[in-house]
Amino acid sequence: MIEVQNLYKSFYNTDVLNDISVYFEEKKTNMIIGQSGSGKTVLLKCIIGLLDINSGKIFYDDVVFNKLSFKKKKEIRKNIGMVFQGGALFDSETVEQNVKFPLDMFTIMTEQQKLNRVNECLERVNIVNANSLYPAEISGGMQKRVAIARAIALYPKYLFFDEPISGLDPKTAIRIDRLIGELTRDIETTTIINTHDMNSVMEIGDKVIFLYEGKKWWEGSREEILHSDNPELNEFVFATNLAKTVRNLRKSGHS
Amino acid sequence: MIKPLRDLFTHIGRFMILMGRVFAPPEKKWMYYRQTLKEIEFLGINSMGIVAIISVFIGAVITIQTSYNTESPLYPSYLLGLAVRDILLLEFSSTIVALILSGKIGSNIASELGTMRVTEQIDALEIMGVNSASYLIMPKIVAAVFFLPFLTIMSIFIGLLGGWMGGVVTGVVSSHDYIYGIQYAFIPYYITYTLIKAAIFGFIITAVSSYRGYNAYGGALQVGKNSTRAVVESSIIILITNYILTQLLLT
Repeated sequence: MIEVQNLYKSFYNTDVLNDISVYFEEKKTNMIIGQSGSGKTVLLKCIIGLLDINSGKIFYDDVVFNKLSFKKKKEIRKNIGMVFQGGALFDSETVEQNVKFPLDMFTIMTEQQKLNRVNECLERVNIVNANSLYPAEISGGMQKRVAIARAIALYPKYLFFDEPISGLDPKTAIRIDRLIGELTRDIETTTIINTHDMNSVMEIGDKVIFLYEGKKWWEGSREEILHSDNPELNEFVFATNLAKTVRNLRKSGHS
Repeated sequence: MIKPLRDLFTHIGRFMILMGRVFAPPEKKWMYYRQTLKEIEFLGINSMGIVAIISVFIGAVITIQTSYNTESPLYPSYLLGLAVRDILLLEFSSTIVALILSGKIGSNIASELGTMRVTEQIDALEIMGVNSASYLIMPKIVAAVFFLPFLTIMSIFIGLLGGWMGGVVTGVVSSHDYIYGIQYAFIPYYITYTLIKAAIFGFIITAVSSYRGYNAYGGALQVGKNSTRAVVESSIIILITNYILTQLLLT
């Protein structure tokens, strides 16, 4: 589990995150939603320690992560898998070498064991016959999946996704969403996903946190989100005309 | 006046912090070893061609220039060989070659690391728990410090050969005189001097351009700017260091 307590973060005297306290549950997909500029990415980067925070506490299980030294942080990070918005695959290495990298770095497996694990991970994300291709030679959806394979290679306890489906077509997006949901249940991770896509939320969001102007505005489950009467949240959830129409139809149907 | 000075000290401080992280003990030694071999090939072996071409021509040109500018019966022609040898040993093969390589290697390193930074590959390394500064930069520095002296030695030999060819082909010096000249009044310490310089310049090129590349935030524009800065700054630092080292080592 990961817990954030009273987190404040500002850049050059502009408050970006204001008194955020969230509890991210184990074996569940926790989603952070909000408009662009609401502070989602900053929150995620604060939690994993890529950004220093002004005040507050970040717990990984019972360790206060933000107070640790660089060396101790590294130890915790070995249990973290993260998929970046652009995939962030090493473009000088092949798909296989990319997934193998964390194994090379942190395990004492034999070459054969490593290769088995690599293929296992690639199979898990449905990538076959692409081991020797370079990231530039595969599609965006495949890059995301390879990035996921790399993130799960070391059996992480915590999984982070920054906009995992941005820039993908709806069909690929849903496949990736479901994959994330399955992985969370299968390898029992605490998963935190940063997204602005309502489809993902409805598909796999076990717990949803809505950020608005740097504050935690709402939190709840995906079932509750449709019936909430928070105006900012509704504005976000039913942003499209289609969604608005559906909501109005449902409302009139109920009444 | 205050601001540029403050900026300078900020950069020096941040550079020192980065170097502190770069030279932290590695997580997996053989991964670093493998990376270092890769960098030796990438930064060193791949630079042999350009160093050879430049050295052979500069060697030839020094012979011809010296001959045309010192046309006097008082100068024995074997002095041409001596001039080529000393110019190569003292300045060309270490300093000028380093300046040229700072253009080639420096922009290469800065743009590679800069792109890795803006595409979040460096963040990805950090999240995995890898000391990204050390993993990416140390092999480059080690490779350059180790390999630049070899390039310098190669440059000296090829330059001497170029000088011989230039002299003999144009007929300004006989083969015998030239070979006598390059042995005449030879000071072996110059070799030590030039190799020390080469190793230090190797460090400067890789460390400065790594610092620039590693700290390239933003996008393509920033990566470009930082790789230009890397080349300019490492060149200037090489020139200043060359001046200081010459004072320290030769006088």
